[in-house]
Amino acid sequence: MQNCEVLQYINMHGEQVQPLPESLHSGEWLIHCYHNMVLARTFDNKAIALQRTGQLGTYASLLGSEGIDVPVAMSMSAEDILVPYYRNHACQMIRGMSLHEILLYWGGDERGNASTGQQKDLPNAVPIATQSLHACGVATALKIRNQHHAAVTLIGDGGTSKGDFMEALNIAGVWKLPVVFIINNNQWAISVPRALQCSAEKLSDKAKAAGIPGVQVDGNDVIAMHQAMTNALQHAYAGKGPTLIEALSYRLSDHTTADDATRYRDNDELKEAWKKEPIKRLRTFLLQESLWDETKEVALQEKVTQQVQTAVDEYLNTQPQTVESIFDYLYAELPESLEAQRDWATVKAMSGGSHHKGDES
Amino acid sequence: MNTSVTLLEAINLALHFEMQQDQDVVLLGEDIATNGGVFRATEGLRNTFGVKRVMDTPLAEAMIAGLTTGMATQGLKPVAEIQFMGFIFPALEQIICHSARMRNRTRGRLSCPLVFRIPFGGGIHAPEHHSESTEALLAHIPGLKVVTPSNPERAYRLLLAAIRDPDPVIFLEPKRIYRSHSQEFSADGSALPLGRCFTLREGSDLTLVSWGAMLRETLSAEKILAEKGISCEVIDVATLSPLDMDTILCSVNKTGRLIIIHEAPGNGGLGAEISASVAEKSLLALKAPIIRVTGYDTVMPYFRLEEHYMPNAQDIVDAATQALEYL
Repeated sequence: MQNCEVLQYINMHGEQVQPLPESLHSGEWLIHCYHNMVLARTFDNKAIALQRTGQLGTYASLLGSEGIDVPVAMSMSAEDILVPYYRNHACQMIRGMSLHEILLYWGGDERGNASTGQQKDLPNAVPIATQSLHACGVATALKIRNQHHAAVTLIGDGGTSKGDFMEALNIAGVWKLPVVFIINNNQWAISVPRALQCSAEKLSDKAKAAGIPGVQVDGNDVIAMHQAMTNALQHAYAGKGPTLIEALSYRLSDHTTADDATRYRDNDELKEAWKKEPIKRLRTFLLQESLWDETKEVALQEKVTQQVQTAVDEYLNTQPQTVESIFDYLYAELPESLEAQRDWATVKAMSGGSHHKGDES
Repeated sequence: MNTSVTLLEAINLALHFEMQQDQDVVLLGEDIATNGGVFRATEGLRNTFGVKRVMDTPLAEAMIAGLTTGMATQGLKPVAEIQFMGFIFPALEQIICHSARMRNRTRGRLSCPLVFRIPFGGGIHAPEHHSESTEALLAHIPGLKVVTPSNPERAYRLLLAAIRDPDPVIFLEPKRIYRSHSQEFSADGSALPLGRCFTLREGSDLTLVSWGAMLRETLSAEKILAEKGISCEVIDVATLSPLDMDTILCSVNKTGRLIIIHEAPGNGGLGAEISASVAEKSLLALKAPIIRVTGYDTVMPYFRLEEHYMPNAQDIVDAATQALEYL
């Protein structure tokens, strides 16, 4: 039995603190997980570089959340539905959204959400906590149709202060909805630290008010996350209702590329957080278990770098949508009242485009 | 088979018909299942279709709207009730940011074939926040359709159209005329088109444009004016967004005079949008300035004064007279 309240299998030094779940004994899942985390971080570094060189819009870095998003998505079945917010591109990648599409989204192109991934997964919710309620709607649909799958939704620690989150926990509890809520408690909501967000000792305690199970998990430990997800999903599939998982992590990045965390965050705190980060931790463990070596590492780094570069090339070579697309997806059928505007937009685009392009004089 | 029903009963019949023939139609809202809705619009539906398809929700409007949106993305056709329009505000973030955008955001991969049914308007001596007409807030939002009926048959056929529409529809129910009169029509499941005005009276001297409960006053005014030998065309806008300006412009081109009547404040109201569109496209057809007959630009008063707030038939007759006497 573990004696700490936070679920953990591998500590910050990469040491095993309790027996691994049986399903992970072969190590295959862990290697796959490691691969995905390295890919996510390589993508993240590249995306930030693209933004800094004016080739991508404002971008929300996933740095520090790999240990949550990767095992969360890997624990889901294809038929479960992901209901993400804007920091879950590692989940989306595993759910089949291409890196090219993720870049398109952050590059200001709605085609990023058209997604070649799971067709019923929701796109990013930008307004905080609104996705928690969508997940309950998705779960209601699953329940009405007697489909034994689950909706899986993530949220930041800041998001838990919003009413939508509490309303979602509440309805999910009353209706015993098959939904898993994961809080990525990365300690910061832009500049507001966890202590100023809520005086509850644990954010997972919010589950109590809704009468649902709530657990705290080490979000830098992919095995703990996998186990918590497996429990929660089985609970949901069995018709027993929702679970709230509070994953403890740290936002190793700025909030987005438009933010500068040095304005409000102590650098020593960041340095300490790096000691706990999930990728190094898993690598240390895999090396100890002889499941990984330097040759494999070099090959993996080469592979993911190439994979990301291919997506970047594709992204940079993708032409913008036609101006008509502004109109074409608003309704299933374009209202007559919008036809003239659509025509005008087309003509204006053909005759040199928007006057916002800058003063040519 | 013709039946004589009130507007409220017509809504119930439409829900009943569509739930019978489409398993994906489900209902949710506060007090709608066991209690049949505070106005009884959903009476009997839970017994017929069961608790899985007719759901009482906890008391939280944002939750209702968020849930409805999530359900719709998975192909259900939820019809949610917001108990009163004055309580829609917590739900607006979900409706505006998500219901209205899901199709556009995903380039058509996901959509929101949902309906929000919302009783609106004053005149029933209700407490504060139970009498609002904030349709312009919703009509302003791209991606939504906003519809309101003005008699039982149109309530029936427009609600069917709203449920069958592949996009989110706000269906505003003029609660003042929920039970005010009955109408005989065939409840045969056929819908009227959305996005079309209905010309209720043809006329040549002036055009009266209105919607919802205010059509009662408008038709009364038309009758008074007809007795004076003045021929009014009366248009029920019905779909407040997207607006069918063609029907209104055609009428104004014929009559040259336009009176727009609505219960909501005039400032930034839908009458202003209609008026501006007529000015842009048919200015030279006008023989007199456009006149708006609306609620005051004030808070809806408590009910002892509400009849002073809401336009009446005489206000419309006066406006018509003013337009006709303009040189």
